[in-house]
Amino acid sequence: MKYYRSHILVSMNETSIAAGVQNFLQNLRSELAKAELSTEINILETGPLGFFGRGICLTVYPENVNYESVKAEDIAELVSEHFLKGRPVKRLMLDSVNKFNPNFNYANRIVLRNSGIIDPEKIDDYIGAGGYVAWEKALTQMQPADIITEVKKSGLRGRGGAGFPAGMKWSFTAPLDAPQKYVVVNADEGEPGTFKDRLIMEGDPHQLLEGIMICARAIGATIAYIYIRGEYKLCISRLELAIKQAKEYGILGTNIFDSGFDLDIMIKIGAGAYVCGEETALIESLEGNRGNPRWKPPFPGVKGLWQAPTVVNNVETLANVPFIISEGADEFLKHGTPECTGTKVFTILGDVAHPGLCEVDMGTTLRTIINEYAGGMKKGFRFKAALVGGAAGVILPDRMLDVKMDFASLNQYAAVLGSGAILVMNEHQSIVDMLWSILRFFRHESCGKCSPCKNGTQQLYRLITKIKKGEGTMDDVDLMQTIAETMFNTSFCALGQSPIMAIRSAIENFRDEFIAITNK
Amino acid sequence: MTLEICQKYAPTKDNLIQILHDVQDTHPQHYIPSEAVDVIAEYLNVPANHIYGVLTFYTMYSTTPRGKNIIRLCESPPCYIKGSENMLRKLKVILGVQTGETTKDGMFTLELCACLGVCGNAPVMMINEDVYGDLTEEKLEEIIDKIRGMK
Repeated sequence: MKYYRSHILVSMNETSIAAGVQNFLQNLRSELAKAELSTEINILETGPLGFFGRGICLTVYPENVNYESVKAEDIAELVSEHFLKGRPVKRLMLDSVNKFNPNFNYANRIVLRNSGIIDPEKIDDYIGAGGYVAWEKALTQMQPADIITEVKKSGLRGRGGAGFPAGMKWSFTAPLDAPQKYVVVNADEGEPGTFKDRLIMEGDPHQLLEGIMICARAIGATIAYIYIRGEYKLCISRLELAIKQAKEYGILGTNIFDSGFDLDIMIKIGAGAYVCGEETALIESLEGNRGNPRWKPPFPGVKGLWQAPTVVNNVETLANVPFIISEGADEFLKHGTPECTGTKVFTILGDVAHPGLCEVDMGTTLRTIINEYAGGMKKGFRFKAALVGGAAGVILPDRMLDVKMDFASLNQYAAVLGSGAILVMNEHQSIVDMLWSILRFFRHESCGKCSPCKNGTQQLYRLITKIKKGEGTMDDVDLMQTIAETMFNTSFCALGQSPIMAIRSAIENFRDEFIAITNK
Repeated sequence: MTLEICQKYAPTKDNLIQILHDVQDTHPQHYIPSEAVDVIAEYLNVPANHIYGVLTFYTMYSTTPRGKNIIRLCESPPCYIKGSENMLRKLKVILGVQTGETTKDGMFTLELCACLGVCGNAPVMMINEDVYGDLTEEKLEEIIDKIRGMK
């Protein structure tokens, strides 16, 4: 293996590609060659680096300097100052409170341990970082029951929003005697403000595959489908490549590691429907139907895809599994709270200094996440509220900043952790406006199967539009809550049960704003 | 043409969504014509009304002809609070069309969409396969001009 003095990690993602990173790299390579540094400095094309700088972002190791918004014109300066003389170019450095803290946004990495470090398009990089050790262990040294016991012991809860214990879900399907079982990966990430799964798949696709493999072995499935949104083009191509590589290495396919176990993983592409994130709607879509949810029970674990027992798990959930198997549940239990173990990937957006993602222990407070990982509020803005959990989430005011971010703590406040999206609003932004946008979203995404949701979302949108225009009364505000409560009690699936979250939290926490606008 | 696309997949219903994607992506006007629906229905042995049901359910499909470049502007809450409404207004002015319409020269179709998962750079839009983030009114003009220039 060749050794380099320094490594430049270049984030290859949707935004940097849009900013012209391909051309940039070509120029950078030729400048480095001109300075005779090609043998000393390595350029690594990798996934998200963990901060959301604008445009093209670089991280330089070993000094761990983060650059953002780098342009072709900056290359000469970077090469002559930083790469030749070792003086980082201050004006291009990521402006963050944590800029000198090497691991500022990865307090405890599990899911993102390789992201931004390895080349996601090279299986050897993943294996070199300890990848597929868990799969080998699960297949050759563990029985399916052992795997489930370990996952149960870890306390891993589903990261898609509902927080159902993963080990328990698997244990319902494992003992069933069926000619065919399936693992279905829910990569239909549609919750507004959420893109953690995209970053996991872009940054470390093999880790997801390894999680799927272990799950398949545990429940006895020989076919797995990854149902991924049609919009996630880069994820799709990286996963296709990862599957191809795993097959070439014999990690996937027939008689894997001479164990007699067969597994095939296939990718299925969605076509733009929020409701398909609901597991039974997702299964309908996989079968080639409209994404209308199914009646539960029977749950997919018993009768899922083509009526066969099917485990549906979120991307982040499965990406946690290799760690649990290779390092052991006890190692996993060191993170998080007793009820909610492990870490959680959050995406922080809105008026914070550094919108981006972070992986932190479950139970970290909202205040810590905003102040330490997102660099606090953007200069000149004051915190007003945070929409936590996307459109199906809640609006939390500043007095709730010290709430712990985990499933159990948030439940005490009738709030939800959801998918881990945190959208921060400043004091100039209107809660009514925000609620309008949320309800417009639900109106558009209701699948139309059941009346409470189909009609309810229409009525909610009509009422909030009236209120937003200043033509509403407090009776309309109360009526919204009544309708949303009825929807919660009578809707077929989680979509119709969700609007109450945002509505109730908005009205309870910011009643003044509704009074002000209805008195206009 | 449609039949050739179909034959890349097994004639089972679960391939419908992928076939529809391929048919739409290869059609010069980025839509699924009714003749194609008939071919797919026969190939998969499902009623045409099932296909129409699926086709109209998912937002990525279109049953009417569209422009060469499809602009999909995100209108979800994260982009909304970052000013996506202003971007929509500006796009309408630049292109001279309303939401859902195609420009006369057939270059652009303006659509709205739900969260694209690039919220770190809101407001965001997608033109065909490419994502454009951190949009401003000036940037919109630049982007559209550039695509117009390329023809």
